[in-house]
Amino acid sequence: MSQASSAPLVEVDDLCVRFVGPDATVSAVNGVSFALAPGEVLGILGESGSGKSVTLRALMRLLPHRKTRMDGRITIAGHDILRLDAQALARVRGPVVAMVFQEPMTALDPVFTIGQQIAEAIRTHESIDGVAARRRALELLELVQIPSAARRLDAYPHQLSGGLRQRAMIAIALACRPSVLLADEPTTALDATVQIQILLLLRTLQRELGMAMIFVTHDLGVAAEVSHRVAVMYAGRFVETGHVNDVVKRPSHPYTQGLLGSTVHGVAKGTKLSTIPGAPPNLARLPEGCSFAPRCGYAQQACRVAVPAQVEEGGTSGVPHLTRCVRVQASSAACGTTVPTTA
Amino acid sequence: MFQYILSRLLYTFPIAIGVSLIVFALVHLAPGDPLSAVMGEVDQTMIAEMRASFGYDKPLPLQYMTWLGSVASGELGYSLRSGQAVLEILLSAAANTIALGVLASLLGFSVGIAAGMFAGYRNGTWLDKVVSASAIAGVSMPHYWLAIVLVIVFSVEWGLLPAVGAGSASSMFSWESFQHMILPTIALSAIPCAIVARTTRACVMEILSMEFVEALRARGLSESRITLHVTRNALPTVLAVMGLQFANLLGGSILVETVFAWPGTGSVLNQAIFDRDIPVLQGTILLLAMFFVVTNLVIDILQTWADPRVSRH
Repeated sequence: MSQASSAPLVEVDDLCVRFVGPDATVSAVNGVSFALAPGEVLGILGESGSGKSVTLRALMRLLPHRKTRMDGRITIAGHDILRLDAQALARVRGPVVAMVFQEPMTALDPVFTIGQQIAEAIRTHESIDGVAARRRALELLELVQIPSAARRLDAYPHQLSGGLRQRAMIAIALACRPSVLLADEPTTALDATVQIQILLLLRTLQRELGMAMIFVTHDLGVAAEVSHRVAVMYAGRFVETGHVNDVVKRPSHPYTQGLLGSTVHGVAKGTKLSTIPGAPPNLARLPEGCSFAPRCGYAQQACRVAVPAQVEEGGTSGVPHLTRCVRVQASSAACGTTVPTTA
Repeated sequence: MFQYILSRLLYTFPIAIGVSLIVFALVHLAPGDPLSAVMGEVDQTMIAEMRASFGYDKPLPLQYMTWLGSVASGELGYSLRSGQAVLEILLSAAANTIALGVLASLLGFSVGIAAGMFAGYRNGTWLDKVVSASAIAGVSMPHYWLAIVLVIVFSVEWGLLPAVGAGSASSMFSWESFQHMILPTIALSAIPCAIVARTTRACVMEILSMEFVEALRARGLSESRITLHVTRNALPTVLAVMGLQFANLLGGSILVETVFAWPGTGSVLNQAIFDRDIPVLQGTILLLAMFFVVTNLVIDILQTWADPRVSRH
């Protein structure tokens, strides 16, 4: 890439994604903005339905175009994604931005071998012959540490274990050496022991290849492990973003505090686990103001009037800690050690 | 793969034996005496003599063994009515039926796959609805009725195409023979076409909703390349349905062949039933059953090739 390392590789400005159906319009993403520098890792954290996967798919324009309305601006390596025609978009997918999907069993074509699928991805973007593509495919399988890679080249997806399948999918995503790798809960569908291996592999590859990465997960531990920066998403908005240490150790938004509180780790046996009361809002009828207000223990009148602006309160190593909560303005020193949740 | 084909071939032997047993039993369990049907009201002693000469007085298991033995040596006997060799009757009838079956398959499958792909890709649009409604009409419409309508319109009203027979040309590949085959081909292809269209549409819709299609798009593949993946994934299912339909068409249709007076296996079967012509009846049913067995074998082999998830053991 010709970019200087300081210039952002990915710039998202006020992204809105709505799904238009016959009965309702669902506002899945409501004004998301962020920038990502080359080699940086952003973790997007949120529950199912918070819009994190939709945000990721919007970056590659993978959402069904007939039903989707997208507003705002997405720039990746100088490409204005939302304004590209189909051919230009296809040229960006793969060499510039690639994706690792959640469920490797369903995201790989079942009737083509791993080798065929990697070689096809390479030959779509580069004019090399089949033999060279196959050799590259083998190198990629070795890169993602698949044992006896030469044999696995001719294996069909169903012949591999879940962990190997996910490694194969990472190999396909890396086939054209993307500058940005999007990972959509890449470890969620895997066994706990395999999860850690895949996570470490992704982190290693990201560092070795110097890729930027956006890592979507609902697991805070996973996000903390791989990310430099974390964004907590709720009802289609980033409610809190900042350096991993800031967000994990000093969460400002009541929702983040609730997420940190609802964990099964480190809780003494017998004590009731804490949860966030209520359920995520209906995205077809979002409440006025802060979307979390109906579930929030600290909600006040101001929360229901308008969406709170992002407020900066310090930061770590140049990454500002931003929160959308009216309380942060009132007491910017609040460290949120009390968690407003009930059992 | 070779081993798999070999083992599947071995499996067909017990199936063939079973089929022959059922064919034999069905014909002999049917009410009515073949000889009195052929000879009419004659002296009982003469009938008994004839019965002995054809071996019909022996116990059924023995008759079966004798018949099986002669079938194995390629000897299907002689027609009770015409005295013609059954094999000879069958070969010319089967050639006529296969010609129609192949043409009807080509027409029905190509139109059905094209319409099904089209409807599957444009799921929910008016085009999809037109295809789906036509497919339902095609499946529900009796094909002999369609045959009669085709004859009325194209032969009687407009006089464009011959209504009956196979023509007098010596070669099946002549223009005259082809003209005679057009209407029966259309009548026979309606149902396979509709069934293949419905299967293809459902299959394509299901595949398009799968995540891997989105993943292929994320790799920067062109739409035509993705269509190739969709087609390749739909192949095993559509292939299985086409195989059954093809086997059906090879069996010939008594009704359609009767409407067009087409000299195929359907007509032969129809005549043999009325005549109680047991050797012809047995020979024809056995031939049709073997068509099914062989077609299924070929489809099974094709499917293991088309779908790597089908076990080869």
